[in-house]
Amino acid sequence: MDTSSPTKKLAHHAYEIRKAILEMTTIAGSGHLGGSLSSVDILTTLFFYVLNYSENPLQTIDNDRFILSCGHICPALYATLAETGYLKKEELLTLRQLNSRLQGHPSHTDLPIVETSSGSLGQGLSVALGKALALRLKREKGRVYCFMSDGEQEEGSVWEAAMAASHYCVNNLIAIVDRNNLQISGATENVIGLAPLGEKYRAFGWRVIEADGHNFASLINAFKEAREVKQRPSVIIAKTVLGKGVKSIENNYRWHGKVFNRQELKEALNDLGTKGTARSEK
Amino acid sequence: MREGFGKAMAELGQNIPEVVALTADLGESTRLSNFNKNFPERFFEVGVAEQNLIGIATGLALEGFIPFATSYATFLPGRCLDQIRISVCYNKANVKLVGSHGGLTTGPDGATHQMLEDIAIMRSLPNMAVVVPADEKQAYEATLALAHRKGPAYLRLSRERVKSIKRNSNFEFGKIEIITGGDDVAIFCCGTMVGEALTASNYLRREGINCAVINVHTIKPLDVEGVVRTARYVRGVVTAEDGQYRGGLGGAIAETLARYHPVPIRYIGMDDKFGESGQPQELMKKYKMTYLDIMHTALNVFRRTND
Ligand SMILES: Cc1ncc(C[n+]2csc(CCOP(=O)(O)OP(=O)(O)O)c2C)c(N)n1
Ligand SMILES: [Mg+2]
Repeated sequence: MDTSSPTKKLAHHAYEIRKAILEMTTIAGSGHLGGSLSSVDILTTLFFYVLNYSENPLQTIDNDRFILSCGHICPALYATLAETGYLKKEELLTLRQLNSRLQGHPSHTDLPIVETSSGSLGQGLSVALGKALALRLKREKGRVYCFMSDGEQEEGSVWEAAMAASHYCVNNLIAIVDRNNLQISGATENVIGLAPLGEKYRAFGWRVIEADGHNFASLINAFKEAREVKQRPSVIIAKTVLGKGVKSIENNYRWHGKVFNRQELKEALNDLGTKGTARSEK
Repeated sequence: MREGFGKAMAELGQNIPEVVALTADLGESTRLSNFNKNFPERFFEVGVAEQNLIGIATGLALEGFIPFATSYATFLPGRCLDQIRISVCYNKANVKLVGSHGGLTTGPDGATHQMLEDIAIMRSLPNMAVVVPADEKQAYEATLALAHRKGPAYLRLSRERVKSIKRNSNFEFGKIEIITGGDDVAIFCCGTMVGEALTASNYLRREGINCAVINVHTIKPLDVEGVVRTARYVRGVVTAEDGQYRGGLGGAIAETLARYHPVPIRYIGMDDKFGESGQPQELMKKYKMTYLDIMHTALNVFRRTND
């Protein structure tokens, strides 16, 4: 892991990714903007700082693995993959269209760089655990990172996986929760209380690390800490803001599953700021 | 039948290092004890958590392993259909799902444990193969075959020991197996009902009616050509399975013959009901799934009479 302060570069990538998300979802005419935007800084940190990926994304020996469990925020993943160069930027504009590899929820068979298909919440952590066990069996060095949303934590299967992960002492499994406190029907704490989420994971035998999901230094430290954990899985609970980057929709749960139309897009892009002054640099 | 599976797993453990086994607190019941003893590193107990069972198996498969995930058929696919549909099938993950205790013959445990819908459910999933062996030897051969064939598969086993079936050839995935030939009525059957169908055909032969008994161990992908070829020689068709015939083997044969060779057809199997506690033989009698019922139905098909 590079230790020189890279946050400027990360902020630039995060800006490009947010811009791509806004454009691709507007052209698609549908998609999930809120969580896509809240996850950007975490994905940026992962793909441009943390993950050990080889040049060829399909050559996986000793690579880290990335599982997107909450498939609905896939615009953020596609845009991140385009920013890394694993996808062509033009392809982003095919999102959700007929014959596109960029399905509305990610499809592993259409786009193999996506490690597993998702879209039904609550499945990814089990798959990630299976991969972590597989890497251990193969004596590979890579780690498995599993990205989940917070509403997703309401799925019982997440806790089946959490229980088994600590039982199997997989310290090569690192989960991230996008803790934006919102889900489709409103505040998570009103829909079905998740707090204290960290205590729950701790009780399940996990190392729990809290981070500011829009602060690169905080995220980098959190991942660093997680990678040093021995004998058990760790989870980074990253505090985020739904819709982060576009002031007019920030923290508004109604933007979980909405996108801008073409007129609104311009304003939203303006709101993102210019390359040098991305909000997420703060 | 489970013994055949257990024996095959022990061999696979020895011969294919990628084969791993998983269970949800039913390792002994699904005959994985030997595998566990000999290859503890490749055996995963996940506890009573079938959704997680499927997810972990998927992760292992996507990393190149060949996982056999076992539970009772009633919980697999009963408890984890969404995981099977998306993590396994949509990913085309090389996961082998093994459901033991399929069907009414599970007996005294009652309706909750008698899985009757698994064939219909699994058959409807894209990329999923469905195999129902007829006896212990076939369970053994089918397990080996599935390990060597890439892609999602469901292997359905029953709890009861069944008499072994005399046959001329080994298990061939995706092909019907002709147990006996006949040109009056064709009985397409699977699993524990193959033995019943054979008994029925023996009695009917004495009455001068020749039944072809066809073991459809691979329900999906169905040997369409074989099924149609067989049906062309006969006056009518009977299907027989230990499960809901709607959507099950009965459904599969009906869909195929309606399209390629319409012919009178009747179904032996569960008729849209739940089971109940009882001895397997008692249950099969009550729900009209014995050789006598097959005989009676075959006669009706042959004579074009209704029940
Ligand atoms: C198993 C399952 N149930 C329901 C849904 C529909 N759904 C999509 S996202 C979502 C919850 C949104 O909350 P959260 O997971 O926190 O995502 P965010 O809004 O923060 O992006 C639901 C219920 C689903 N995709 N999967
Ligand atoms: Mg949320």
